[in-house]
Amino acid sequence: MKDNRSLITGIGLDQCAGKSRLPALLDLAQSLSGLLLALFMWGHMFFVSSILLGKEAMYTITKAFEGYYIFGTSYPWIVSVAVFCVLILFMFHAGLALRKFPSSYQQYKTILAHKSILKHSDTSLWFVQVYTGFAMFFLGSAHLIIMLTHPAEIGPYASSDRVWDGGMWPIYLLLLLAVELHGSIDLYRLAVKWGWFQGSDPDAGRRHLKIAKWGITGFFMLLGLLTLAAYIKIGIDHQANAGERYHVSLQGNLPDQMPTSATVTTVRLPS
Amino acid sequence: MSGVAPDAKGRTLNFQILRCNPQNEASLPRIDHFELEEASGMTLFLALNEIRDTQAPSLQFDFVCRAGICGSCGMLINGLPGLACRTLTSSLPSTITLAPLPGFELIRDLSVNTGKWMRGMSERLETWIHDQEMPKLCSMETPMEPELAEQIYELERCIECGCCIAGCGTYQMREDFVGAVGMNQIGRFRLDPRDKRDDADFYKLVGDDDGVFGCMTLLGCHDVCPKSLPLQTQIAFLRRKMLAHALK
Repeated sequence: MKDNRSLITGIGLDQCAGKSRLPALLDLAQSLSGLLLALFMWGHMFFVSSILLGKEAMYTITKAFEGYYIFGTSYPWIVSVAVFCVLILFMFHAGLALRKFPSSYQQYKTILAHKSILKHSDTSLWFVQVYTGFAMFFLGSAHLIIMLTHPAEIGPYASSDRVWDGGMWPIYLLLLLAVELHGSIDLYRLAVKWGWFQGSDPDAGRRHLKIAKWGITGFFMLLGLLTLAAYIKIGIDHQANAGERYHVSLQGNLPDQMPTSATVTTVRLPS
Repeated sequence: MSGVAPDAKGRTLNFQILRCNPQNEASLPRIDHFELEEASGMTLFLALNEIRDTQAPSLQFDFVCRAGICGSCGMLINGLPGLACRTLTSSLPSTITLAPLPGFELIRDLSVNTGKWMRGMSERLETWIHDQEMPKLCSMETPMEPELAEQIYELERCIECGCCIAGCGTYQMREDFVGAVGMNQIGRFRLDPRDKRDDADFYKLVGDDDGVFGCMTLLGCHDVCPKSLPLQTQIAFLRRKMLAHALK
């Protein structure tokens, strides 16, 4: 059956066999995966930026994601599972988005010339999406694979050491710029693509969406830069003890993964 | 066509016009420069006629109605697609660059064959009423609700000038893309109760990556349309309807 379909398609008779639903489903899948990833990145940024509230806050959230408050013990593999799901979604979205990339140098040259002649903001924003998306193929994959394989290496000191002592801060800085620009443009384009939040005056609706888009970009960019600066500062302060882990006593029920010799501070969490 | 009286305080306009004659293999694309005294109320249409009458008799460009109705005088005006007859020189800086609309067969200089492209699009998307019944020529036409007639008329205002195609990044990369003008036509016939086609029929025409699902929503079409057609809304609406059909 599959061979028959390949033969029909290969001969160029697939349109005669009825119009495929696939283009519609792929378009929907691209939109939904983009939406989920953009919303995930909002949540991710809020969780990561908890470091701005203090090491304890970030530590508490880290432990929550490791299931400590449900199981009474930390299971970093839970983080790995979540990262694996995000990685699959990320690859799925990237694959779908590739369909819209210029497929030859000639196409790239043509659309680049079109952009420079037209000087049209939404066309220029699409280029930002393409460039940041391309950058994320590498930057995002690197980050996700590190998190997938080292899920226990998340915490006030572990993350800061990775950022500073591990020399990852330039990667995270570029990733931050790429993600925040790409994600907010993606949400804006999704809204105009499907006609969401148009209101009674679609032109005014689009203007408002664009203002909101830049507001969201600015907010998350600022939050991200402050967060990265916080991790860098902790990383610098902690450089002499790089490799030690932040650790609190959680009512005498310490997670297995945390060496007691690395105890730096002790905070009693509310029951 | 001359006779445009120069304004006493008019600017000197510098025109840079991309010229090429593809019928002549020796003709290479070049930019010709012209200077012209700006007159009160001068449009690009008037300016081009003045240049042709006084400086460049071989300069070729299209126009018919001079009132933004025929869609013949579409061109790139300082990079933006627009109608020469509807563009006042006073709305532009003193240096004005003119080029033919990209995406269409170039006839010569600023003249492109939008008609050939539009005919191809029309045949491909079957942009005519598909009626199962023979019209009853001797009886009254079936009445239509005024609101519906207004909606159809709103989309029917398209003059097929080609500006949306020239402003479309998707089309510039993928020449099989139907463009906003095609999707607007589908939207128009989808509204028309005299057209007996349903969404399954329309899906066959635009339900793929050369149709509505190929649109990258860059919205150049919407922003340059000289008739201010609601192309953004139309394409989004058509996308939702075609997706709903595919999910059935």
